[in-house]
Amino acid sequence: MATVTADNRGLRLATRYAVLILIAIIFIFPLLFMVMSSLKPSAQLLADTKSLRAFLPVGDLSFDNYTDAFVRAPIGLFVFNSVLVTGITVLFCIFVCSLAAFAFVFIDWGGKTIIFSILLATLIIPYETIFIPLLLMASQLPWIGAEGFEIGWLNSYRVQIVPFIADALSIFLFVQFFKDLPKELIEASRVEGASWWTIYRKVVMPLSGPVIATAAILKFLFMYNQYLWPLMVVQEEGIRPVMVGLGYFTDQLNVPWGEVMAYLTVITVPVLAFYLALQRVFIASVASTGVK
Amino acid sequence: MKLKHLLASAALTALATSAAAQTELSLWYHGAGSANAEEALVNQMVEEFNASQSDWRVVIETFPQLAYNDAVGAAALAGELPDILDVDGPVMPNWAWAGYMQPLGIDESILDGFLPGPIGRWNGEVYSVGLWDAAVAMTTRRSTLEDNGIRVPTIEEPWTKDEFDAALATLQATGDFDHALDLGMAWAGEWYPYAFSPFLQSFGGDIVDRETYQTAEGVLNGDEALAFGEWWQSLFENGYVPGTSQDAADRETGLLNGTYAIQWNGNWAALPVVEAFGDDALFLPAPDFGNGPVIGAASWQFGISATSEHPEGAREFIEFAMQDRWFAAFSDGTGLIPSTASAAAMTENYAPGGPLEVFYDLSEAQALVRPVTPGYIVQAKVFEKALADIANGADVADTLDAAVDEINEDIEANQGYGHN
Repeated sequence: MATVTADNRGLRLATRYAVLILIAIIFIFPLLFMVMSSLKPSAQLLADTKSLRAFLPVGDLSFDNYTDAFVRAPIGLFVFNSVLVTGITVLFCIFVCSLAAFAFVFIDWGGKTIIFSILLATLIIPYETIFIPLLLMASQLPWIGAEGFEIGWLNSYRVQIVPFIADALSIFLFVQFFKDLPKELIEASRVEGASWWTIYRKVVMPLSGPVIATAAILKFLFMYNQYLWPLMVVQEEGIRPVMVGLGYFTDQLNVPWGEVMAYLTVITVPVLAFYLALQRVFIASVASTGVK
Repeated sequence: MKLKHLLASAALTALATSAAAQTELSLWYHGAGSANAEEALVNQMVEEFNASQSDWRVVIETFPQLAYNDAVGAAALAGELPDILDVDGPVMPNWAWAGYMQPLGIDESILDGFLPGPIGRWNGEVYSVGLWDAAVAMTTRRSTLEDNGIRVPTIEEPWTKDEFDAALATLQATGDFDHALDLGMAWAGEWYPYAFSPFLQSFGGDIVDRETYQTAEGVLNGDEALAFGEWWQSLFENGYVPGTSQDAADRETGLLNGTYAIQWNGNWAALPVVEAFGDDALFLPAPDFGNGPVIGAASWQFGISATSEHPEGAREFIEFAMQDRWFAAFSDGTGLIPSTASAAAMTENYAPGGPLEVFYDLSEAQALVRPVTPGYIVQAKVFEKALADIANGADVADTLDAAVDEINEDIEANQGYGHN
């Protein structure tokens, strides 16, 4: 039987770090390629893809691609739209889905097992398969806004937000997390006379940081990457999100790759910022809920 | 002073009343983000139209080209189509058949003198018209041909198949070039049917039988098509052309830096060649593979949506756009071929003696629109895949037979696509 000595412990540590560094490099390479490419002229960018130069700041470097990209498309507007739509959806999603999960876990009501099963079953239905009926429905929904009563939600922020507030995955995550909370806390609060709303607000949610972070990050990524739905329901440039904006950089034959990389670099910043802000709680949540 | 104020107020009120009296027409356009002057010119044309009359006010919404067709499809489903649509020529029959568009109903005499490509006709009616067309040519240097004893072809006397094959073999044998010919395999999608189906048509085949548009049997897998397929595959087997994994950068610069001897490319890429090679630049007609030389035709055009409540206004706008001065302005701004000879004479590049004049002549002499059928959008994809597979070594007969089956099944599934 092998014994652990100071020497092989060091070797194991070194091996572990070497593997981790390798994995980190693999994950960081696409980002590195994107940023480096955004600084190179298109011809050089494509030529460099044949070697490791693609990942290095070498050759004719400049911010021209960024300048050209901002001229070609209203990038600031697209980022604003995406952040707005994503942010509002995430906030409402956390509230609505956690409330639903709270009802599934802590409140006894008839048929909740069946309804939860049906809810989970919807996880296997891709959004793309329901977009056509959803589009037809959205085009006929009533709305009372600043201009009075109107029919149709197309060409609005709300049509990009409302259909995605509630989703089965987020409810499932909250349910899994709530199940692990000590029942005694809830029972004690009920004995003390706290209402369900008070328990939700003052007991359960303050303990749910990790799952909130997880649900928020997953929702953020889903919403920020939305392409097909906004493409179908939004015609006005003023409310287009970033992924539809990517189309400004291609035509039938030519793609200005340098500008594409500059655009991608700019629109990746909010995603990275959001993830970095929540990564500690996200990792804790992944560890506790078993989400892969 | 009071009188001045009164007059000014009256003038402003009159203007405001006039603007308010204009009925709004929505126009969707595919050119958002276009690097050239196209989007600015469309906006200018809309502004001038709005100022030229008091009945209509066109409001433009631009879309990225990548997303445009899907956005139109979704809007059609939701009943939200605009009054005026921008449509790619070969896609128009599909939109007309699907009920997205209505016949233009314009006075067709204004189309006299148009190149064939910019007129979108389906089931006997004009549904769309364009301000420009595009053309492709065999682009090379006069010195390259002359140094190797290769005849310079003309529109009247293009290369025959044997001449073309011999020219490729000669150029490849020099060792001066990586490949004798660049077909643009790096450009997937619509480039394949646009640029390569003319070779098939010159062999005597086609993507679909244009007599009935009900089958591809015999035209995409007949003897002529098989001959085309074998020839197509030989280009790759002999190393004359780069394969489907061609680098996009090589496509862009390969002719200019001497990697390729000849390039099959469009008029939109011609000016850099003129700048680089000057008088040595040559734009040559498509070879004649036995049934006459052919190049593709038809680009983006304007049409009226089926749901427009003001087709007369849309028609008025489209007729306003059909002026030589706009054709010339767009040509000068984008490099595309103006729809009429009289407009070409007003341009920098296509006027007699201009550097790209030959492209207008090629459009006039060799252009053939892609199959005018709603099924084209499916057939184009099938054709693209078949050509890529054959280029990569697939059995020619089997591949073309499979393509025919796929096209025929699609036609059958759509009850013949409503051809009269």
